[in-house]
Parts: sequence; structure tokens; C-alpha cells
Amino acid sequence: MKALRKLLDNIKPHVEKGGKFHYLYSGFDAVETLFFVPNTVAKKGAHIRDAIDLKRTMFIVVIALVPALLFGMWNIGQQHFLSIGETETFMGTFFFGLLKMLPLIIVSYGVGLGIEIIFAQHRGHEVNEGFFVSGMLIPLIVPIDTPLWMVGIAVTFAVIIGKEVFGGTGMNIWNPALLARAFLFFAYPSDMSGDKVWVEGMGQLDKVADGFSGATPLAVMAAEAGDKVTTFANGIGNWSVMELVIGSYPGSIGETSIIAIGIGALILLFTGIASWKVMFSTIAGGLAMGFLFNAVAPESNVFMQMPAYYHLLIGGFAFGAVFMATDPVSASQTSKGKYIYGFLIGVIAVIIRVVNPAYPEGMMLSILLLNTFAPLIDFYVIQGNIKKRLKRVKVTA
Amino acid sequence: MSKTIKLNKGLNINLQGVPVENLANSGTSITYAIKPTDFPGLIPKIVIKPGFEVKAGSVLFIDKYNPEIKFTSPVSGRVKEIERGERRRVLRIIIEAESEIRYDDFGKKDINSLNSNDIKKTLLDSGTWTFIRKRPYAVVANPEEEPKSIFISGFDNAPLAPNYDFIIKENTKEFQAGIDVISKLTEGKVNLNISDKTGSVYSNITEVEKNTFIGKHPSSTIGTQINHIDPLNKGEVIWYINPQDVIIIGRLFTEGKYDARKIVALTGSEVNKPMYYNTIIGASINSITENNVKEGNNRYISGNVLTGTKVNKNGYIGFYDSQLTIIPEGDYYEFFGWIAPRFKKFSMSKLYFSWLMPNKKYALDTNINGGERAFVVSEQYEKVVPMDIYPVELLKACLAEDIDKMEQLGIYEVAEDDFALCDFVCTSKIETQDIIRKGINLMIKELS
Repeated sequence: MKALRKLLDNIKPHVEKGGKFHYLYSGFDAVETLFFVPNTVAKKGAHIRDAIDLKRTMFIVVIALVPALLFGMWNIGQQHFLSIGETETFMGTFFFGLLKMLPLIIVSYGVGLGIEIIFAQHRGHEVNEGFFVSGMLIPLIVPIDTPLWMVGIAVTFAVIIGKEVFGGTGMNIWNPALLARAFLFFAYPSDMSGDKVWVEGMGQLDKVADGFSGATPLAVMAAEAGDKVTTFANGIGNWSVMELVIGSYPGSIGETSIIAIGIGALILLFTGIASWKVMFSTIAGGLAMGFLFNAVAPESNVFMQMPAYYHLLIGGFAFGAVFMATDPVSASQTSKGKYIYGFLIGVIAVIIRVVNPAYPEGMMLSILLLNTFAPLIDFYVIQGNIKKRLKRVKVTA
Repeated sequence: MSKTIKLNKGLNINLQGVPVENLANSGTSITYAIKPTDFPGLIPKIVIKPGFEVKAGSVLFIDKYNPEIKFTSPVSGRVKEIERGERRRVLRIIIEAESEIRYDDFGKKDINSLNSNDIKKTLLDSGTWTFIRKRPYAVVANPEEEPKSIFISGFDNAPLAPNYDFIIKENTKEFQAGIDVISKLTEGKVNLNISDKTGSVYSNITEVEKNTFIGKHPSSTIGTQINHIDPLNKGEVIWYINPQDVIIIGRLFTEGKYDARKIVALTGSEVNKPMYYNTIIGASINSITENNVKEGNNRYISGNVLTGTKVNKNGYIGFYDSQLTIIPEGDYYEFFGWIAPRFKKFSMSKLYFSWLMPNKKYALDTNINGGERAFVVSEQYEKVVPMDIYPVELLKACLAEDIDKMEQLGIYEVAEDDFALCDFVCTSKIETQDIIRKGINLMIKELS
């Protein structure tokens, strides 16, 4: 630890302003602050400061993502071996997924952090920790067979167009991870949808094991929208409600397990990092819209008849509500605004799912749409405060 | 009608070094200083030169733009030095004190027979007018304005703050005299705000409206109290005074002299025996801290850890301060600090373990525990600003120098001390007090 400090102190003069390698300063600073909390003291304002910082905050979010990540790794292997009709031990299944998952994570972090460091150097800022989380979210919300170059391009697009053009973390309008997902969805639709992309290696298989389908529950629902086949008493298609909760079905890597996401949600809510207002109202919005559809559903529309709480179990609803909608930068900033913002995310996600079969997953578009409108919601909430203040002047005058 | 106000927002930070209720005389202060920098926005015009003889109550400098506002010497002696900083800005005027203080005579007065103009004149001439500050802007009050009410916060619950029950106890008579004087300055009420923990010290004080505040810091700050009792609107003015300064004003009228004695609490984890001292405004820090501070690299703060001013250990106590805090400096590197359990650090959040030990007292240092970032986390400031205000939006308006927006969002109702806890809790380590003060200075410049 002392040796490391000494090493860093030796390098520092060369990368500081005026040094020969100043262009490496932001990278050096990122490494230095990773190992050591800097010796900065309060110069103005309060003389003591809370122990909290953005590094720890973002780190806790990453920890909250770990259950979904671990489950996702297992599920990659599980779905793969199911599709080829073989059985594998628990550890074998997990390691299969781990090996498939690692390249995605490495590409996501490598490309994203690289761009962040270049921009930080250019601006003379410190590297912001925001990408700690985005870099983990992106691999979790793509299909496992997404080619690595696509991930690289999507990350580049999300970081530059989604974040840096606005001034970096804290200034962005949209959630960068979702923007990467949306980019992939619209740029390479054939690799992002269909029945084969959700299971590792299924695209290359000549023959799938008997009875196995790579379709996601959402796709099943969208396909069945016209026929009246499902009763929902035992879940959707081949999956029971229990399986939907556990998450052992094809889907984006991290989105399937309600239990794993639930553990993450508990961590975020307990530490207070994610807003319970957003999480709660998103779920309330989804349920409300689901119930409304149930109430008005015609006989022929199976999707509308689907019990409202199923919406929370399938697709990216839970993952989005817990990890995406609650992003403090792109969400509403005001307390009242958060309720409105979350509720509308839930409502619109379910509308897109049910009414527009072209986009089976409504959560991504719904959150991005509300990200766009969050500043407007805040504007009206704050306008209320301003009006109150003006009214007070008139009363006393 | 007296009000009782319960605040749910706020934060109490438990620090080591709470002063025990023991009053001693400070050591002899050889020199005293009055610092124009203690008065935000002031451009001083110096009227003395080094070598001049002054008495307690003699004018040292005046406000260049309001020449009737005078700043006077707290002791008698000889002007030793006028210390200047960058661009010849006056930093402090140092006076070498005599052993026996001689006073300028302002005449004993029968307070009941005075009108508001007589009072203003005496206050202005003696320099005690400068104890009266105003909102908006938290600067010295303008004698030509009509305040809609006057506020006195009779308690302080900032970290390690002195207990005013103990300070006022021996001086209730002068305090009442001061109240009698002040109440003639307004048509409105004089609000004396106390906390539910305040004892009986103010129970016999009359001519005031007593309001009780229940809740954590910043319930003792003037901005919070005004916001809940008599919210300030555009064009209105409220004056406010510290309780100890009320006593000095009381003495001015009953004894006819500017007797600037006050009690200062010496606090903080680096003090051997934190306690109270009898001293005089502008006294040297040495005279109070003598043999009572631990060795080491310490920060001396005139005031409390949230809003105080950093001073040199050979410096002087601030004009409005009743507290001196000494804490360790934090200029060290901490290996993997951001990920470590850090049992010795305090956090409002649940990212550390301090929430498990609500009564533990901490010896916090001045390390800011991280790097400065853009606003990322939302609704963090709202937890510690118990006012009907959107803090982040107001800060952003200040940063953008958008005067209309600042006005709409309530800049008139706040001052930097209302944002002190925002400085503390901020994940992004944003200097909110600095931003607010710059915003206020901009308002003063643009609107005057």
C-alpha cells in the first residue's frame, strides 16, 4: 500500500499539468482515485463532509446488479443445454454462461471507459463513475448472441451521443444503457428479435431439441394475441408462474429473474440510492394499465386478458422499474414529479406491449420516452412552487 | 400568537468535543482585530491610520456606500496595523489593547422614552448597528428600510454549538433591555425562537413573540425560522440578531458604553477541555485556546463546522461568532477508502454503518471524502432543507446567473447557512454555500 502510494507519487509529476505525459492525466487520476481517496480538504463551505461519494454510490448499484448477473450466467447455460437436449451439472451450466458473458462485459467496460477517459481528459474533468453502472447494465439487457462488435458500437453511440454531447454524467437526458439497447434494437433488428437470439448458439443449430422453443414469454403472448388458446391458470406457454418468477426462460441476460432483481431492488431501496417513489409508481402504473385492459378486453384479445401482474413478471418490466427508471439523472428530480414519471412509465410500457405487436417489449421505449419528458414534468412541478410564492406576494400586498 | 413548529427534515451531526458548562476567563488578548471580511458584500472605507489612539466604540471604518453604518473598536488602545490582501483589500484592522479598557460615552438612556430614530442613531454611532443583519441577503441591515418583523434565534443546534441557556443565564436583564430597544425598531413583531429543549432562561422575557421549534438542525437557522413563521416576499425585509449581541445592545443603553464582552465556546475533537470562555469581540484565538489544544495538524474554525470561517491559529475570532471549533485536517490519502467500512466516518446515508449508531460521537476531519462531480443524485438536499424551496433548482439558477429564476425560486428567503447541510451531505461534493453566496452577491449588484 505504501509502495503503491510511492509509485503513484513518482508518476504524478509527469502527468500533471506541464508534465511530459499530461495527456494521460485523466487515466492516471482514475486509477489513483480508485486506490486512494484523494487528500482534498474542504476549502470553502462546510468544513466536514459526509463520507458518501459517487464511487461508493455507484459501486452499491453494481453490487445490486450482481444477483441478476449471476442468475443470468446460469440461465445462459441452462437455456443452451435445454436447446440442444443435453443435461449439465449446475456448475458446468454456470461456467458455460460465465465464459459467454465475460466478453460482453469486457467489451462494454473497455469501450465505454476508454471513451469516458478521453472526454474527461479533453474537458479537464475527473472521470465520472456513472459508467461503472452503465457498463454493467448494457451486457445485462442484450440477447446473449449479440456480436461483440455490435455491443462496441452501441456503447460508443450511447456514451457519445447519449451522454458526452450533453456534458457527461449528470447532464444526460436519456439513460445511456437503454440508449445503447435502443440503438441495437433499431439498427440491427434481426439480431435483437425473433425466437432464436435469446438462447446461446441457437441460431447455428440445425436441429433444436424436441419441444424446445427459444421464444420469450412476451413473444409468445404477442404471437398468440389473435388466438384464444391460453387460460393463464398455469402461466404462459410452457412456463408456470413459478418459473416466470425464478426466471428460467429465454430472454435478455439479466431481465428474467424476478427473485434476483428483487434482491437488487431491496439493496437499492434499503440504501436509499434508488427512489422508492419511482419504483413503486412504475409498478403501480403497470398494474393499473393491466387491470384496465383486463376490464375492457374483448373475447378475442388474449394479451389484453392476461392477468395484470403477469406484466411485472415477463420481459424487462421488473428490470426496467428497478434499475433503469430509477436512474437519478434521467428521471424526474422532484418528489411529485417522480410519482408522475414512474406511473406513466408503467402505463405506457403496458400499452406498447399490448396494443402494438410490432414492439413486443414496451419497457425500453416507455422509459426513454419518459426520460424525454421528465424535465417537462419537473418544470410544471416547480412552476407550482413559483406560483405559490407569487401568490403570497399578492396576498400580502 | 406563538407558534410551535415541528420539522421532520434536517440532520444532527454528533461530534466529539461538546463544551462542558464551565465558564472561565480567557487569557489576555494582546491584540484584537475587526475583519471587514466578516461582513459579506461590504466595501470598507478606513477612517483611522496605524498609530491612532482609539477607545471602545471609536470608529475604525465605515461602509463606503452607507456611510452612516460605522464599524467600531471593541477595545481601547492603539491601531497597530491595517492588514491588506490581494488588490489591497482590507483583511483586518489590528488594535493593540490597553490593560484597562476606556470607553466612548454614548450616554445612559431611559429606553421607554426613546423613539426609533434616537435608537437608530445610538446604535449607528456606537457601531452596534452592525449586529443587526437582514434577509434577504444576510448582510448588515439598512437603517432606512422598514423591517416587517425581527427574528432572534434563541438556540443553536449546529454541530457542537454553544448552549444559549448557559450563555444568557447570567445576563437576562441586559437581554431584556436589548429586546426593549430592538422592539422599537419595527412595527411588526420581535420573534424569539426557542427549541423544545430550551430551558427556562427566556421565560421572563417580554415584548417578544416566542415560537418553539422542534426538530433537527437547521431548525436554529434564521432562514428556516423565517420560512415557517413569516415567509419573506419580494420587497420585504426582515432583520435578525444573535442573542449575545442583543445583550451588548442592552448594555449600551443601560450603561452608556459599547461593552463588547461575550462568551465563546471552545469546541471540537482536538480541544483538551471543551468549555466556555469570557472574552471580547475580536479577541485573538491564542488567548482562548492557550494550552487547551492537542498537538497535530488542526483546522481552527471561527464558528461551527458547517458555516464557520477557517482562521489561522494566530488569528482572531469572527465578529458574529460565539463558537470556536478545532478539528483535525484531513489531508491524507486513504487506501480504498471509498469501499472500506469506515466505522469512524459519518454519513447520512445507509452506505455506511453510522445509521446503526445514532448516538456515537465522531471526530471528523476536513477531508471531503471524494471528488467533485456534476449533480447526479436527486432529492438529497431536500432531506436537509426544511423550507418550501427546491434547492437544486435554485442552485442551478444561481450557477446560470438567471436572476429572474433565482427570484422566482426563492433566493430572497435563503442565505448560505441554510445550505450548509447541503454542502455536508452532497454526494457530488458541490460547494452549495459558495454558489448561493455568489448568487446573492449577484442579486445585490444587479438590483442596487
